[in-house]
Amino acid sequence: MKVQIPIGPQHPALKEPIGLRMTVEGEVIHDADLRLGYNHRGVEKVAEGRSYIQNLYLTERICGICSHSHSTTFAQGAEILFEIVPPKRGQFLRYLVSELERVHSHLLWLGVAGHEAGFDSFFMYVWRDREIVMDILEMISGNRVHYAINTIGGVRRDIDEAQRTKILDLLAVLRARTSFYLNLGTTEPSFVGRLAGVGYLSKEDAMSLCAVGPTARASNVPRDVRKDDPYGIYDEVPFEVCTADTCDVLGRTVVRIKEVLQSYDIMEYLLRNLPAGPVAVKAPRRPKPGEIVSRYEAPRGENIHYIKSNGTDKPERLKVRAPTLGNYAATIAMLKKGFIADIPLIFAAIDPCICCAERSVELVDSRSGRPSVVRWSELRRMAGRRAARDSKKRNVEWPL
Amino acid sequence: MLKRLVRWSRIKSPWILHLNSGACNACDIEIVAALTPRFDLERLGVLLKATPRHADVLVCSGPVTRQMKDRLIRIYEQTPDPKFVVAVGACAMSGCVYRGSYNILGGIDQVIPVDVYVPGCPARPDAILDGVVKLLGKL
Ligand code: SF4
Repeated sequence: MKVQIPIGPQHPALKEPIGLRMTVEGEVIHDADLRLGYNHRGVEKVAEGRSYIQNLYLTERICGICSHSHSTTFAQGAEILFEIVPPKRGQFLRYLVSELERVHSHLLWLGVAGHEAGFDSFFMYVWRDREIVMDILEMISGNRVHYAINTIGGVRRDIDEAQRTKILDLLAVLRARTSFYLNLGTTEPSFVGRLAGVGYLSKEDAMSLCAVGPTARASNVPRDVRKDDPYGIYDEVPFEVCTADTCDVLGRTVVRIKEVLQSYDIMEYLLRNLPAGPVAVKAPRRPKPGEIVSRYEAPRGENIHYIKSNGTDKPERLKVRAPTLGNYAATIAMLKKGFIADIPLIFAAIDPCICCAERSVELVDSRSGRPSVVRWSELRRMAGRRAARDSKKRNVEWPL
Repeated sequence: MLKRLVRWSRIKSPWILHLNSGACNACDIEIVAALTPRFDLERLGVLLKATPRHADVLVCSGPVTRQMKDRLIRIYEQTPDPKFVVAVGACAMSGCVYRGSYNILGGIDQVIPVDVYVPGCPARPDAILDGVVKLLGKL
């Protein structure tokens, strides 16, 4: 007998509002359906009414965990439209913050994964060490989460020599702690037992479902924008793309810890080779008309911004494709044939950032359109059914 | 006597439910950070609960999207009396950068009564701590 269980939007396993609808038979999940839109704030529409500088702060607030990713993606695109190039030192500092953000995001995830696996002391330990990263970020930018360090044409703040050495010292501490976690995460038998084999996503599926970021890399797909299409300074920084071939949650854990270690290397390189000079150039008031697509490897995967300018001081259109959106299709594949008890773990393993994914009105369209390669008819039916259901439920109370 | 006992236990162990009504996640991770070793809200007896039926205090963040409005009211109604609401972040107070968007209501207090506001975008964990302590002081 098949039973449908709704989960969410407010549910202990999910930190953000999202609805899941599982069709289960006994303990085994047969089908999964995501119900989205609880976190839709209309950011893209708001962006059309703000100037480029204001939009930097707005895009930063698309998501709190990868805030710097969104504002950097936007700034990279805008800088091309404004026809300016940020100075070397500004770029180094910008991507230094990027890597710090990657570390903070991955440590955060690692803690959450420990929590979902029932290893709460691991969670507390990791979050304690994460505070070191937050301290560094606060020292560089003045804020813990929304750093607001980007500006069009560079960064807003410089660091001095004392701060530079301080950061290098703190990085050494972090590196020691992270190696300890890598060791623990891969050898502690109960932890490994809980994670291994859960949420299997084969390499072929990861490719055909367009998985991005650590989810794809854990299925042995070496996909990383920093290597594939280097932006900023990444073509001169030595680093490796970390992959794993276990295709499960354990692989995703290992990939993230290894990436954190790579990030330490990148940051050390950036700090040791920090060039002298100004950190920003002045941007003209208005950009040239045109359109641009900007790509960036956020902690969760590839982040794409499309900006269309009509020559005024406000963008005509901003479209954001956040990494979590790319991973939804893969999540459904992972959930199938899994157990109910594994839902939080599998779901947490893509490191979902619902607020990232939900600013665009076309969300439903893009979802049913994306996995067309695999099960077009099936998803069409699901989407149609959902549209029918939702139109009745939709809140009709509009302003004006 | 019984009243004093109830009051004492209420102050000593306020259990909280964390509710995201469309926030950008930054406030949420700061709420979780407030519960972890550096700031350790748990030493005040605060415990993060998973269901509104166990909670005394709703810690809400976010500007309340139209989709979440009904859910927010429902969760508020499911919480047993007496209940308190802490609004964390500029969004929860007034809508922050999203103010003026078609899909948000602009603040928790547009939907349910709020006892304590914690400003900041995002509110620092220390500020959240302070907000909770102020709430406990009010009881
Ligand atoms: S107040 Fe700021 S940090 Fe908090 S949810 Fe709103 S935008 Fe995000």
